[in-house]
Amino acid sequence: MIRIIDYKAGNLTSVKRALDYLDILCQIVSTGDELRGAERIIFPGVGHAATAMAVLKERELDIALREAFQQGIPILGICLGAQIVLSHSDEGETSCLGFIEGNCPRFELVDKSLKIPHMGWNEVVDTQPHYILKDLEKGDEFYFVHSYYPRPSDESNVFATCEYEITFPAAIGHKNLFAVQFHPEKSGRIGLNLLRNFSQWDGAE
Amino acid sequence: MSKRVIACLDVRNGNLAKSVKFVDTKDIGDPVATARTYYEEGLDELVFYDITASSDNRDIMLDVVNRVAEQVFIPFSVGGGLRTVEDCSKVLLAGAEKVNVNTAAVLNPRLIAAASCAFGAQCVVLSMDVRAVPPTPDIRSGYEIVIRGGRTPMGLDAIEWAKRGEELGAGEIVVNSMDADGTKEGYEIKLTRMIADAVSIPVIASGGGGKPEHLYDVLTEGHADAALVASILHYDEYTIRELKEHLHQREVKVRMNW
Repeated sequence: MIRIIDYKAGNLTSVKRALDYLDILCQIVSTGDELRGAERIIFPGVGHAATAMAVLKERELDIALREAFQQGIPILGICLGAQIVLSHSDEGETSCLGFIEGNCPRFELVDKSLKIPHMGWNEVVDTQPHYILKDLEKGDEFYFVHSYYPRPSDESNVFATCEYEITFPAAIGHKNLFAVQFHPEKSGRIGLNLLRNFSQWDGAE
Repeated sequence: MSKRVIACLDVRNGNLAKSVKFVDTKDIGDPVATARTYYEEGLDELVFYDITASSDNRDIMLDVVNRVAEQVFIPFSVGGGLRTVEDCSKVLLAGAEKVNVNTAAVLNPRLIAAASCAFGAQCVVLSMDVRAVPPTPDIRSGYEIVIRGGRTPMGLDAIEWAKRGEELGAGEIVVNSMDADGTKEGYEIKLTRMIADAVSIPVIASGGGGKPEHLYDVLTEGHADAALVASILHYDEYTIRELKEHLHQREVKVRMNW
């Protein structure tokens, strides 16, 4: 059973629908107490980093997530969930969970014809192997919607990248945590494969 | 980033319908099954327009949205008859990624701002029906906004309305040329390009797509980020792969793995 964290950051039902389609059991939880004892956690979200952190703290989800991370429970962050696992976000100048050292800057692009948010399908290239990315093939694309991106301090935490004028991290990880900036639940068969891989991942890097 | 091929599905009382120049609407199938097929064939995104005449039947559309969301895992937007933030909220909760506003936004521009504030700009698509007219002081571009499914001209310049929509918080714009709609003679390149150059949000070209070359033209010369297609798919004239292969071979970046 996967527990999906609800912290009022966007529509979680699309993640749940994707897991339902794959016959992967899941449940939506919204407090630290409900999260405790999870076998596996998905941490999704769209929206504002500072607001999201405030809600996580209010519901003691930050504490329960930290415990889960330390206990080695597999965790998948999606979109905003891939940003606030870092130590800081420039969005609202907020301290974040700090499971991975790093920051989330906003795109600052020279080519003004490139739009922000970065919204649409874009190619993701793996930079080191990971179980969750095991089906990734050359040319595989995922659906993105974001204005900020995760930038770990240590390159070794980057598992895949994407190009949008700059090359930015699209998938990051550390120990039993893996996080993707794109939306696997909206990325067709290739995205569903990634979710299935997460459901079978033992949490080893 | 890839250019997108988007299919538009008009839905009336829960059935897939297709109109030519906004008239002669025919029911041609099940929107959910059609959406699923297009998804499997490599479509990048879907738009559903509810053209149900009676507001009593709006719940049928929510049911369609729900069923699509259970089996189609690409982004899709829903429009038609959304007048309030609450209407928008219902379709988003039913599983749509974005809402599409058209007539209601022209009559009440605050709807764009309110929806953008409530759900984020990336959720709000401003759709506009446009026709060519002789330029006047009010319509300097020679392109006028028409609402109510093509029945009511507004005396509003399409370029000005697109800019206003962006300022109000729209995240994307669909430019539908009424003159080109249903002709299969190609998109209105000049109109699309004028709007794409006037705003800094993605522009989706709509109306007139009849051949792969038309998509190429509007995605290059027309500066569009995405091309909307309808009847050429609904009537099996081209497959999505054929459209994308054409673009890919001519070096327009499109998603080829699915």
